[in-house]
Amino acid sequence: MPPKIEIDDLTKVFVKKTGSVTALQNISLTIEDGEFVCLVGPSGCGKTTLLRILAGLEKHSAGTFKINAEQSKRPLQSMVFQEKGILPWMTVKDNVAFGLSMRKAPKDVIAKQTAYYLEKTGLTQFASLYPSELSGGMKQRVSIARAFANDPEILLMDEPFAALDEQNKFILQEELLSIWAETKKTVLFITHSIDEALMLSDRILLMSAQPGQIIQEVRIDRPRPRKIEEIRKDPELAAQFVDIWQHLQKEVQKSRT
Amino acid sequence: MTQSGKFAQDPVHVERAEWKRQQTKARLQQLLTVVSPVFLLVLWEVLSRTGMMDIRFFPPPTAILQTFWELLVSGAIAEHVGVSLYRIALGFLAGVIPGIIVGLMMGLFTPIRHFVSPLVMALMPIPTLALLPIIIILFGIGDLSKVITIAGSVFFPVVINTAAGVLNIDKIYLDVANNYGASKSQFFFKIALPGALPVMLEGIQMGQAIALLTIVAAEMMGATSGIGYLIWTSYKAFLLQNMFVGLIMISFFGYIFSLLLRGLQKKLLPWR
Repeated sequence: MPPKIEIDDLTKVFVKKTGSVTALQNISLTIEDGEFVCLVGPSGCGKTTLLRILAGLEKHSAGTFKINAEQSKRPLQSMVFQEKGILPWMTVKDNVAFGLSMRKAPKDVIAKQTAYYLEKTGLTQFASLYPSELSGGMKQRVSIARAFANDPEILLMDEPFAALDEQNKFILQEELLSIWAETKKTVLFITHSIDEALMLSDRILLMSAQPGQIIQEVRIDRPRPRKIEEIRKDPELAAQFVDIWQHLQKEVQKSRT
Repeated sequence: MTQSGKFAQDPVHVERAEWKRQQTKARLQQLLTVVSPVFLLVLWEVLSRTGMMDIRFFPPPTAILQTFWELLVSGAIAEHVGVSLYRIALGFLAGVIPGIIVGLMMGLFTPIRHFVSPLVMALMPIPTLALLPIIIILFGIGDLSKVITIAGSVFFPVVINTAAGVLNIDKIYLDVANNYGASKSQFFFKIALPGALPVMLEGIQMGQAIALLTIVAAEMMGATSGIGYLIWTSYKAFLLQNMFVGLIMISFFGYIFSLLLRGLQKKLLPWR
């Protein structure tokens, strides 16, 4: 089977009044089908830009990327946005059904998929509420349910848990992993939290500060579900944490000078 | 003796007492909103009855009420109010509907916005009332000239608020629509319209107030009926009690319209 995502020599330049900024430089990577990959990097390194290009929200300047489709009627990708990504004027249910109704899926399919993922994310009893009545964690559950319900080839996640408190974050990470384990979707997940990356991913890609490049790749061959206590105790993972930490530290320092 | 010993009490009890105190306070404050208009009316009554206010200019509220009753029985009020409400309703719609359409176009299409917004900015400061003589010459002294005057005044706040409503939709919702593959018409009905609605309704609320201000002035000039006509002719005949009846009718309808629009707002924006 070909890799799910193939990115080849992708470059993105932003032109401003003061000159041009290379946000991404010659990014090449492949992601296998069913893989959970975390992209970790200092803020401003272009990781969100890379995700937005894959999401079709931004055009790249050079290079190519390809998302290999298995079924032609599936959408290629769906994005889980940072907080505020759900539509305040739609109920929880309509938000979850959003992708399906945008591509005019049959009514019974919409109803079935929506009900399934509402149940999976524990939102069934909140289905008719509006987002303003939900907590931050609940809103992100809606966002995740919407993306999964749309049944895309790949899922793109842009720091979906960044605004949550630690406890809520762990709960949502576990829930995400359990839905992911069931669907075996390919996921590209952006985060600046090393703990989160260690907790979730098969593979961690480290990005440098501007211009954004992939500088290191770390494999995490651990069975899931992982527990934060185990991650902290495990000497090998602890060493990986320190290693990644130092890389990021170096990058942040570099971008400050 | 320690403080805790002195105040040893059930904490639930303490908090309940505090909660009750807050409730009483809130109720008293609600009472104030009811009391204030009554207070004003009583003060007015006393001042004009005791001659501290000139009774010729400020007839006591009871006298105005009596005049109101007489005008109501004679059918004069029904006639004038009916005519004015008809003009307000038509003028309001004739201003709001094009206002919404043009405002949405400005918000959605950048070239249209660049073309139209200087025109809106230049025409907005011109009071429609200043054009009233021309409007009367062109459209006569009947209903049409009033409707057009009101429409012209209502149009601008609605246009501006509708365009601003579309432009102020958070960019992330546009990303969501794009990412999930919304078509143009889906984008309009699921994102642009509901997203713009809150600010748009503010504009309509403003338009409503302007419609009432405009109708009185428009009917004072070149009209043979309506609340404004009642006010103007009463004033010229120095029947100030009748004039006050007209003013009170305007105030009353302004209040009613505000309540109606607020109800509409609740209905249209259940997610707020």
